[in-house]
Amino acid sequence: MNPIQIIPHAADYVRILPELVLSVFGMIIMLIDPLLDDRRSRSLSGALALVGSLVAIIATWMQSQSPGLGFWNMVRVDSFSIFFHFLIASITAIVILMSYEYMSVQEIRGGEYYGLILFGACGMMLMSSAVELVLVFIALEISSISTYVLAGFRRRAAISAESSVKYFLLGSFATGFFLYGVALMFGATGSTTIDAIGNVLRSGHIPVLAYMAIAFMFVGLGFKVAAAPFHIWTPDVYEGAPSPVVAFMSTAPKAAVFAVLLRVLFEANAPGRIWLIWVTAALSMTLGNIGALVQDNVKRLLAYSSIAHAGYLLVAFAALPENGIPAAMFYTAAYAFTNIGAFAVVSHFGGAGERRVTMEDYAGLGKRSPLLAATLTLFLLSLIGIPMTAGFFAKFYVFSAAIKANLVGLTVIGFLNSAIAAYYYLRIIVVMYMREERDDSPVAPVPFALGMALALSLFATMYLGILPGRMLDYASSSVSDLVAPAMQTMPVQGIAQVH
Amino acid sequence: MTPHLHLWLIPLLPLAGAAINGFFGRRFSRQAVSTVALLFSGAAFAMALWVAGQFSSLTLPYIETLAPWMRAGSFQVDFAFYFDQLSLVMLMVVTGVGFLIHIYSVGYMWTEGGFYRFFTYLNLFMFFMLTLILASNYLLMFIGWEGVGLASYLLIGFFFLKDSAAAAGKKAFIVNRVGDFGFLIALFLLIKHFGSLNYADLAGSISPLHIETSAGLLTAIGILLMVGAAGKSAQIPLYVWLPDAMEGPTPVSALIHAATMVTAGVYMVSRSHVIFERAPIAMTVVAIIGTLTAFFAATIGITQTDIKKVLAYSTVSQLGYMFIGCGVGAFSAGIFHLMTHAFFKGLLFLAAGSVIHAVGGEQDMRKMGGLRTKIPWTFWTMTAGTFAIAGIPPLAGFFSKDEILWQASRVSMIYWAVGILTAFLTSFYMFRQWFMTFFGEYRGEQHGHGSHSHGSPGHDSHDNHGHGGVHESPAVMLAPLVILAILSVVGGWVGIGNRFENFLAPVFHSTATISADSFDAPSMSAEPKNEEAGKSTELLFTEISVGVGVLGFLLAWQLYYRRPELPAEIALKLNGLYHTVLHKYYVDEIYAAIIVKPLIAISTVVFWKGIDRGMIDATLDGSAEGAREVSDTMRHMQSGNIRSYAGWVAAGAACIIVFMTWMAVGTR
Amino acid sequence: MVPLSYYLILSGILFACGVTGFLIKRNIITIFMSIELMLNGVNLSFVAFAAQWHALSGQIFVFFVMVVAAAEAAVGLAIIIAVYRTRETLNVDQVNLLKL
Repeated sequence: MNPIQIIPHAADYVRILPELVLSVFGMIIMLIDPLLDDRRSRSLSGALALVGSLVAIIATWMQSQSPGLGFWNMVRVDSFSIFFHFLIASITAIVILMSYEYMSVQEIRGGEYYGLILFGACGMMLMSSAVELVLVFIALEISSISTYVLAGFRRRAAISAESSVKYFLLGSFATGFFLYGVALMFGATGSTTIDAIGNVLRSGHIPVLAYMAIAFMFVGLGFKVAAAPFHIWTPDVYEGAPSPVVAFMSTAPKAAVFAVLLRVLFEANAPGRIWLIWVTAALSMTLGNIGALVQDNVKRLLAYSSIAHAGYLLVAFAALPENGIPAAMFYTAAYAFTNIGAFAVVSHFGGAGERRVTMEDYAGLGKRSPLLAATLTLFLLSLIGIPMTAGFFAKFYVFSAAIKANLVGLTVIGFLNSAIAAYYYLRIIVVMYMREERDDSPVAPVPFALGMALALSLFATMYLGILPGRMLDYASSSVSDLVAPAMQTMPVQGIAQVH
Repeated sequence: MTPHLHLWLIPLLPLAGAAINGFFGRRFSRQAVSTVALLFSGAAFAMALWVAGQFSSLTLPYIETLAPWMRAGSFQVDFAFYFDQLSLVMLMVVTGVGFLIHIYSVGYMWTEGGFYRFFTYLNLFMFFMLTLILASNYLLMFIGWEGVGLASYLLIGFFFLKDSAAAAGKKAFIVNRVGDFGFLIALFLLIKHFGSLNYADLAGSISPLHIETSAGLLTAIGILLMVGAAGKSAQIPLYVWLPDAMEGPTPVSALIHAATMVTAGVYMVSRSHVIFERAPIAMTVVAIIGTLTAFFAATIGITQTDIKKVLAYSTVSQLGYMFIGCGVGAFSAGIFHLMTHAFFKGLLFLAAGSVIHAVGGEQDMRKMGGLRTKIPWTFWTMTAGTFAIAGIPPLAGFFSKDEILWQASRVSMIYWAVGILTAFLTSFYMFRQWFMTFFGEYRGEQHGHGSHSHGSPGHDSHDNHGHGGVHESPAVMLAPLVILAILSVVGGWVGIGNRFENFLAPVFHSTATISADSFDAPSMSAEPKNEEAGKSTELLFTEISVGVGVLGFLLAWQLYYRRPELPAEIALKLNGLYHTVLHKYYVDEIYAAIIVKPLIAISTVVFWKGIDRGMIDATLDGSAEGAREVSDTMRHMQSGNIRSYAGWVAAGAACIIVFMTWMAVGTR
Repeated sequence: MVPLSYYLILSGILFACGVTGFLIKRNIITIFMSIELMLNGVNLSFVAFAAQWHALSGQIFVFFVMVVAAAEAAVGLAIIIAVYRTRETLNVDQVNLLKL
């Protein structure tokens, strides 16, 4: 047996390179922020954050050249984690681009905001590459604590503070469940490494404790992805939080938590997953879509829609690994880019104090700002799942995976829900184009950074809608990382085994 | 080493043009719009020429996979392009003729409203058409297929304020759906039985199959493909949309409804030759449909007085010829005729457009005449086109038509006989048009003849031109005419000594052997022995076909030049027949009576009143109402109180934990 | 020796107390303390399992959890102050602008 190694290898740091990059940039921003005036704080720290997220993308690329385990088998870089690293870094970059304008319109200092975004992204990336449950918990907390604060960033507005406290209290509540699940899993299997847990759970004899552990963990994770019956915080928090933050927290942390769920459910071979998922997926789709029907606040409507989309996505989790995993990954990316684009429009159109957020405000937008309306329309069409948009193939892959796993009932529920969902998305489009405008105050011109954000998300939405093959291929290639880990556990003793 | 061709650029260039004009064209000047449109379609043509230049260094077929697209298990479809001799011919025709027509359109559409819209659609059409011909699988082809249909619909209805234009657009769209339905079923059958839609894979899995002596799977697929082709290429019984499509601007008629889109069916059948060769019954169906259409449309063409309608029926008839070629297994002859037809029919339409332009929007040939000296350029180019289509040597039409008829005669003399008769009719109605338009006295109003089109937006409304008297078109319109005229003269020469056939032979290589097996016509099996006799027969047939061409000319000369009062008398004598033909055999009326009206009745009574209003609406209204009510109730869950939210979370958690524990215990 | 199940039951009770406290208390700070109680329940079971599996790691996790809880407390108190500034109350039943 090798002697216990205490000092990490240099290679270990490569395994968390993007996270390191983001932390360093975040800290630099926090450090220099006090030296800047308000305007500079927004522009300079924003630019730094953007550079940081781009460097993180490069770092991810560098990291992808040498996949493997790191830090005593706690972190694993494989094509699965690379996928989510890229996704989260791109989301972060787009969110930073769309925040420039928002921050100056709302007159908020930028430093802490951008710092927190980077720290949050760092936590989310770590979630996707962590293969050890306590590390997952820590990463989850890094990302959650950042988003708790971000949700309340318009702190002069009562609803923003309320949104923050709701998210914080309920989030911590749910995290408690997750942690209890981890403890129980540790008790059931004697390990917190996902690989090791998987080996125990595959061995045949599954302790009752493991089932309970999965249930507890699912409460915590389900809360974070806004899956029913733990979705109830979503509309309130999304309505109160600043729009760019909603764009961020409805996509990046969700993607990361879905990554964790994929690892826990598939790699650890969680018992009883199909029925658990069946029920929550059906509930999320139905409650989300029905809830959205009567909403007049667009942000709230999109919040319900995000519950419903979490439901569609969960359908893939009940499918067979070889179809379900790529479908879920594809859906995560497709939804992220579409939703972020929709929120970019909402954030721009909201104006100072986010006053224009109801359906009536959107009346006649088609005439007042044709380009903005057309862009939003495209994103909404993608959310419905119209062909030639990312949403179509996302749903297509998820439902075809479900059918292959003989989940006919769930698929039918999904189809019915898609039909219901079309109603409220189309309602926005109808209002924008058919209804006479109530006020004809000019819509502010789209600044360059926001334009870039819109263009990028539009491009991604269309690209995935027209050429989905490449991403799906990549996602398919990472299936083997989860269901049959190719890499052997390193001979180094992990802390879990220290007596 | 095969060079990388970047074929994807070819369709994408016109798309870029369409995008630029579509998004920004409204703010552009006409110069800018036409520059963009010409630049991108010209670039596609240049690219096609470059590809043609690389041709000799390629290993064919060259397949270029751009990106994976769809996969479900082993079934896989990619964005991939396929390039071989057949694609090259189509590519040159579409980009070349397309580019010329783009140039012509600049002059023709200059004074029309929606200038940028027109070029957006035209470039969009180019994109889809190029996708169609470069696709490496049927699904991508189908995208192009539907796309050209869409572009055609938009362009036919370009003067959408005019009811007839809008109606014609709709008719084209609906009739094409019938054909597409057949095409789609054929594709499903292919997926089901061969698990692929890639040409290469299909060729691999179908080639080993035996020729179907009785109707089998391949026959079914072949016939269904032909249904699709009949829709797109205006064959019996789905040809009715094409004459109406002449409501579109004339350059559109030239590009889409003569030179390129309508030939997509011929291309598709040729591309599917592997299937057809193994399904002799389907081949016979193709040949019979082609023969009937060729003859039938030609007879209608004789009575038409609208200059564009004559050309429209002529197009239908000529497409029939191409299908005869495919149906007798002479795919390369069909493609050859496709190419020459693109030259001379494109030319004829453009020249007709120039005539219409000259006389201020008038399309009725009875109001023309004597234009020979007034618009000499148009006259001479149209003359070239007319002689070419009439099959007078050594112009293009002669070679290709002769090749088809010769190949047809080797399978059945009936095809040949009807073909020859059609050739005679073709020559007759084309020269009739020629004489009526350019010779004799001018029969239109000398002044203010623009008034015909006043008040009707569209109808190629050249109001502004009408008042200046008959005048020649601008150089930008004449240049394409001249180029196409030259091509109509020399375009057929590539077929001398079977050069064209040999060029395409690698694509259709199996044709010769297979068709010899599948058609045991005596003339075929005997052919190798009597090569000399075959040669002399071929010569005889050639003489006959030239003969009927000249005969048509003489008859038209007699009737419409020497004694122009005769046709009316003849029509009077053959009253019943004449009227039947004049009304296009009442096919539209018959379709209306036996298909459209019953459908409307059924759909009104059963679907609309019964199912839609009675069941679906009631259910939907009910369920929508119900859903909103549920939604409203559910809002009260959302009390805004953190503690009640936590309660929901805890309750949900409790349910899940109990459920999982119960499962754990239950599985023990 | 105290059997493992005793520890587990105690930890379960602690966790349940935390959940109940969250549900019935009205003051935000008290609710926040209930969450700490839940985490302590978890810590107890970690330690107990560590003893059962003879794995030191379980005890180390407790430190991690405590650190994270401290970080959460810092952020949480800041958020609570922000709420107090805008609403001038710490009663959660009155923090309900966002609803329906």
